[in-house]
Amino acid sequence: MEAGRTLAMGQDEAGGGDRQSVEAPFGRALARLGQSHPDIVGLTADLGKYTDILPFRDAFPDRFFNVGMAEQNLVAVAAGLARTGKVPFATTYGVFATRRAYDFVAIALAHSNLNVKIVAGLPGLTTGYGGTHQAIEDLALMRMIPGLTIIDPCDATEIEAATEAIAEHRGPVYMRLLRGSVPVVFEPGYRFEIGKARRLRDGSDVGIISTGFMTERALDAADALRKQGISAGVLHVPTIKPFDAEAVTEFAADAGHIVTAENHVVVGGLASLVVETLFDAGIAKKVTRIGLPDRYIECGAVPTLQAKYGLTTDAVIATITGLS
Amino acid sequence: MLRNSPPGTADIGALERKATQLRRHMLTMARGQGQGYIGQGLGIADALAALYFHELRYDPHNLAWPERDRFLLSTGHYSIALWAALAEAGIIPVEELVTYGADNSRLEMSTLDTTPGVEMIGGSLGHGLGQGVGQALGLRVDRSDARVFVELSDGEMQEGSTWEAAMSASHFKLDGLVALIDCNGIQADGPVVLDMEPVADKWRAFGWETSEIDGNDMTAVVSALADARNRNGKPKAIVLRTLPGKGVPRIESSEKSHFFRIDVAQWDGIIAEFENSAGAGQ
Repeated sequence: MEAGRTLAMGQDEAGGGDRQSVEAPFGRALARLGQSHPDIVGLTADLGKYTDILPFRDAFPDRFFNVGMAEQNLVAVAAGLARTGKVPFATTYGVFATRRAYDFVAIALAHSNLNVKIVAGLPGLTTGYGGTHQAIEDLALMRMIPGLTIIDPCDATEIEAATEAIAEHRGPVYMRLLRGSVPVVFEPGYRFEIGKARRLRDGSDVGIISTGFMTERALDAADALRKQGISAGVLHVPTIKPFDAEAVTEFAADAGHIVTAENHVVVGGLASLVVETLFDAGIAKKVTRIGLPDRYIECGAVPTLQAKYGLTTDAVIATITGLS
Repeated sequence: MLRNSPPGTADIGALERKATQLRRHMLTMARGQGQGYIGQGLGIADALAALYFHELRYDPHNLAWPERDRFLLSTGHYSIALWAALAEAGIIPVEELVTYGADNSRLEMSTLDTTPGVEMIGGSLGHGLGQGVGQALGLRVDRSDARVFVELSDGEMQEGSTWEAAMSASHFKLDGLVALIDCNGIQADGPVVLDMEPVADKWRAFGWETSEIDGNDMTAVVSALADARNRNGKPKAIVLRTLPGKGVPRIESSEKSHFFRIDVAQWDGIIAEFENSAGAGQ
């Protein structure tokens, strides 16, 4: 890399490492679904290139609408399309879908339970563009909207499976997008089901409850910790709402110490959900929260920022080995 | 039974009597609560009468008919006028109107889409036109010639989302989309607080085929709606200059007419004033 140049504008944001990857898993899945689902339409607000939806546009130009830089209108138009029986998939960045279009998501979509899918790029710390582009609090914001389904997928396999699942699901959905070259973490047989958590590793010392790409880090950390004699379980929770409280309660009962891991601020998202769930179930166990601090993050290269803010496998390992 | 398909020759006198009947319903509703958005409702009554009893193609017994024309009331607080029109159209019972704004009533002071005949949730202003754009796009995908009518207001033009929607409608050449812009000169804080003139020029500049009329002149309303049937690649805007409280001199001249609240006892006087005016006019 040239001196002084960062990866701030890089397009591939998820993990990487030695894993295989798939290009634009969301757009490919949507273009495939478009064949069998004539009611699916695509929309974007001047971010088609950057949200992987162009394969759908190229396959179905008459069913694709770019409304320009206007996120309120993106959601309003999607609502209107849903009223005529269409199944709109609307893409933008998470920061704009939430901070900019919140009233439209809440009232035009969720209040009417309209069948619109918002697919939101740059979740959490997946861009070095700084606080304007990093959707670090989107899960918390969206969680407060009644009736909205919220999904934070881990990898390319799950993005494709979740795209299919939300197309079949009737009702508004907010799905975080991992774009570009997205690693494959789960085997082809992996089953995604809205509202269901998946226990991926059993372990008795520590139970890691994770969502989004942090599950990739959690799995790698669990494998490394096993070699150090620490038994760590992993529960992957791709659906933030409705939350699988039963699976979390059951998983927590088996673990000595709970660790949550999310690509999001540690307030209002997965950690809060887990703590609320355990409290409701009367389970008194220590919960250590891995995630972003409650502040805006600076610009920089994504790997640098993820390392600095603890969203790497090494950081997960260090947190767990440091537990008393 | 389909209504207004295709629209026949307008009987202006009959439509004016419908508008009077809508106003009568609205006054009954407001009297029940002693309050309501009666000024706006009385002002828009002529446009709603022209739409529901002349221009809109719909089936009151099959509200989900995919080929229906849609009417979106973006200013949800004008619900008092919509309830009157829906009742007069046979979509909701006339007897139910007295429940306007009461606990457990479907006839809220601001529209919810759970009430039959309502095509969107109003209340948060600046939502209607974008949703109308989406419905018009959906109808185009379906190769339907059904049209979408969106009512919005002068104060509502201050919401930026209105202009996001206006830009996209002309970009997508939605010539089956008709915006009715109720310019009654009032908003929550009183007379329109941010000068929106020249209104018609703004819509023309955004690529809309625009007319500007006296929104309380039935002949003008019917004629503007007829012109808007032209499928020429442009969305249509009809700027309606309306008088809030139209038909009741005491409300017309009230400064409080954004939200009107008076003692229940005085409503009988208001209604008598209305009936005198209506009788003199016809």
